[in-house]
Amino acid sequence: MSGPAEYYQRDRERHPPAYTRDYKTSVARSPSKALISLQQSVSEVTGPVFGHNDIDPIDNDLIHNYAKPGESPIGERIIVHGRVLDENGRPVPNTLVEAWQANAGGRYRHKKDTYLAPIDPNFGGCGRTLTDENGYYFFRTVKPGAYPWRNWVNNWRPAHIHMSVFGTSFSQRLITQCYFEGDPLIAQCPIVKTIPSQDAIDSLIAALDMNATVPLDSIAYKFDIVLRGRRSTLFENRLEGN
Amino acid sequence: MVQRLDYLKETPSQTAGPYVHIGLAPGAAGFDIYRQELGWDIAGPNAKGERIRVEGVVIDGTGNPVKDVLIEAWQANAAGIYAHPEGGGEVEDGFRGWGRVITDFETGEWGFDTVKPGPVRARRKLGSGPLHPPAHANDDWQGRADEAHHDMAPHINLWIVARGINIGLNTRMYFEDEGAANATDPVLNLIEWESRRPTLIAKQAGMRDGVQVYRFDIRLQGEGETVFFDI
Repeated sequence: MSGPAEYYQRDRERHPPAYTRDYKTSVARSPSKALISLQQSVSEVTGPVFGHNDIDPIDNDLIHNYAKPGESPIGERIIVHGRVLDENGRPVPNTLVEAWQANAGGRYRHKKDTYLAPIDPNFGGCGRTLTDENGYYFFRTVKPGAYPWRNWVNNWRPAHIHMSVFGTSFSQRLITQCYFEGDPLIAQCPIVKTIPSQDAIDSLIAALDMNATVPLDSIAYKFDIVLRGRRSTLFENRLEGN
Repeated sequence: MVQRLDYLKETPSQTAGPYVHIGLAPGAAGFDIYRQELGWDIAGPNAKGERIRVEGVVIDGTGNPVKDVLIEAWQANAAGIYAHPEGGGEVEDGFRGWGRVITDFETGEWGFDTVKPGPVRARRKLGSGPLHPPAHANDDWQGRADEAHHDMAPHINLWIVARGINIGLNTRMYFEDEGAANATDPVLNLIEWESRRPTLIAKQAGMRDGVQVYRFDIRLQGEGETVFFDI
């Protein structure tokens, strides 16, 4: 073996750079020296494996996973669904997707969040699921509200759901945020604008998906997530990856 | 115009933000929602090898501790095997090799209990040999005839996310008492500036309850800045 087949180089011109002045917290939390590039070894091409024993079926239902019996949170009932794919367009099955968000009023159930909008007694705000054999996942939840944050004097985060995905290797590990189609706050947000290109920003905006709504129940948004693709093993006759 | 390449582009990263704990470590943050929280036990009860504790603090460019970090660890077992189909073999039942911790909201201290990983097989040097098998190749033709690197010294891969960190930071933690292995480690030796290599080496910080404690402080920026990798 000449070494494991590597994942494609991360396009760090598409991701946000570490230092982004207008997102103030990044100023003192961004490395000033260049990253050291590694050719991947078994350390990087492996990563944790999760199974159905790790989570419960209700974990992806934020409408019910914290509500009292017979009750549910206040807010716009939505389904957020999509596929986890790699850059080769192939589904990433059985991978852990975790989500967390504020409630419909923009308040997080977190002791550091002191925003005056109230906690919803029936809403926890976190969920997790495994993609199926086709890389498909979904969450049921309420649409989060915008909330103010101390950056400039009057900054408001657009409605968003934080998403964490593992993939099949530690080098694919990714945390991002899902925004919602049509939200005018997206264009104003310094965290969104840490991303250099509009094309990349657009890829974080979930589209209203009427085909997936449940009539008289829930609206749906579609949010696909793309993880790094993998090179073929060079010495194989038939290239596995391409 | 040339043809379009039909690759997809990786989803861009965004900061984990200030409330990452409720999403990824709710129990550790005092929020009881899941039947079981993931990442509390890296090695499991059956893991062979030396039990250790790793502790540290993440320090920002102003010299202050960062109190809202989440750190994930990924490591091999004591035999240098990862709990993954490509990990090099079988691991003990219950050994996951992955865990995550959050910093104390008041002090910024974090820590985890695990076993000390063994040395891990390194990739071979890239040579100039042919990429595809010659027509007369034997069944065991392996593509490249060059020399293997030394094994990688015992290390734990770490991934750091927090408010203000736009894309997760990858680093590696090595062990002070593995001087000989560290000296030939192919990744440490890749760092051209020898003065930066010690930023990746955890210090022995005495025994506690019969367990060796290692101290690993991470400096995000400035004086003594920890080496971060593009993996």
